[in-house]
Amino acid sequence: MADTSPPISTGALKVEEPVLDTRQVITTVFKDWVSGVQDYSLMAFRALANIPTRPFYGKDLVQQMDDIGVGSLPIVLLSGFFIGAVMVLQTGAQFTRFGQTALTGQVVSLALVRELGPALSGLLVAGRCASGIASELGSMQVTEQVDAMRAMGTDPYRKLVTPRVLASIAMTPLLCALMDFIGLIGGCVSAVFSLRLNVVEFWTRAIKILEFPDIMQGMMKPFVFGFILATVGCYKGLTVRGGTQGVGRATTQAVVVASVMIIVADTFLTKIALFLADKVF
Amino acid sequence: MSTSTLTQTAQHDPVITFDDVRIGFAEGEILQGVGFSVQDRETLILLGETGTGKTLALKLAAGLLRPSQGAVHVLGQEVSRMNEKALLDFRRRVGFVFQEGALFDSMTVADNVAYRLYEDKVPEEEIEGRVRETLRFVELERTFDMLPSELSGGMRRRVSIARALINQPPIVLYDSPTAGLDPITAQTIISLILRLRDVYGVTAMLATHRLQDGLALANYRFDPETKYVVKASHNGVASANGPVTRFLVLRHGGVYFEGGPEEILNARDPYLQRFLV
Repeated sequence: MADTSPPISTGALKVEEPVLDTRQVITTVFKDWVSGVQDYSLMAFRALANIPTRPFYGKDLVQQMDDIGVGSLPIVLLSGFFIGAVMVLQTGAQFTRFGQTALTGQVVSLALVRELGPALSGLLVAGRCASGIASELGSMQVTEQVDAMRAMGTDPYRKLVTPRVLASIAMTPLLCALMDFIGLIGGCVSAVFSLRLNVVEFWTRAIKILEFPDIMQGMMKPFVFGFILATVGCYKGLTVRGGTQGVGRATTQAVVVASVMIIVADTFLTKIALFLADKVF
Repeated sequence: MSTSTLTQTAQHDPVITFDDVRIGFAEGEILQGVGFSVQDRETLILLGETGTGKTLALKLAAGLLRPSQGAVHVLGQEVSRMNEKALLDFRRRVGFVFQEGALFDSMTVADNVAYRLYEDKVPEEEIEGRVRETLRFVELERTFDMLPSELSGGMRRRVSIARALINQPPIVLYDSPTAGLDPITAQTIISLILRLRDVYGVTAMLATHRLQDGLALANYRFDPETKYVVKASHNGVASANGPVTRFLVLRHGGVYFEGGPEEILNARDPYLQRFLV
């Protein structure tokens, strides 16, 4: 059977399943995995390929930017503030032993901008939005709303996936930048009250230590993380099987897969960024 | 909305043709070489138990699924060979009423019905009038600003029918439109399908478990002058120029029975007689 739109599940029919031996089970699991990777790649490609062609769903894009960007703002800001604060507490405690508490601003700034800001904002947005996207699209899938959309001549990838992917790619870097900033504020507050550092000294050192490769590294990652979390959420949502229970499963899987993929991608992106910083900039 | 008359001459070419169609999933083949055709303005009732492939047949006709073998022709186009982009354009000419309505739950009834018009960039000032007219047709104009969650099951099906007919498609596919409804609401839905057939002259495929749905379509017609549903025939013996209703029973992956209302009513086959109970 060939669905005209492969990555979208068509609903399972209840047929008695044959008993499989271990080898068949492994083969089936591997085939399913390869098929899943293929479908995911195809969906992600279609989501991007739809961008320059019409129709373009601008209203949906703005709505998704609001949902992903503005909606995630409170958790990103709140987490960012306390991550900055706790980093100062941890690093400051070590620097105090060597009488170098003034270096705290530099360390916190570098760690936040290069690594913690992008990774944590990516993980936080993935936790909130990949699950939201998967459950929303999953519910639409099990109630045949996605099929209804196709039946009315609308490409669900164009209408549902592309705006979410674009919005996520656009908003995750902005959230990351805000998290970096609010993290430094949190670090500053913590440094002033716990280490008795001067505000101006903290900020001067925190800003001066940052160079273009650091900012490039920190701002390059969230574009990729945004793409990952939206595509994983959409894929898990559109391939839901098994009714409402399946929606719950897809939601959990979306968060887990997106988070793991973000952490793995972070490693490779860091390596690439370090290479570029060393050889190019 | 323009109306068409029943006396218009039917075209000889079938509007929908299934030719040796096979489709299945990993678990097994559901349709194993099914072939039939539906003429212009004809209503084909697809009968069968759960899992015999009635919904699959409808989805194949709408191009939502592609057969693993065989060909599906609809409105002169081979749907089974079209790519997704061509199918999106094609599907604008086919109305599909899903079993549970499949209304977009985050949109109002009006936005659901107007969905295709928004997609076609119809001017805003024209949309409201057309939506109200269509909702009036299904007698649900009062639900204009309501959300699908505020509607009963029967109302949701009627809104779904309104959504399917907003751009006056020549073909409407109904997936168990009366399933799970009480007899009175089911009758309302069937009356609506009758009106749609007799006022707009649509060709239809209707999947159902209930023979009485098909018999109602065969035995009654909507009179546009009196605006009442009236008896058109007795036990399926329709007038010469009346709308044609045929039955197709699916079983074990193939066509078990194909014929008119009189034939299915008089069939001595024990399996077919179970549908008469």
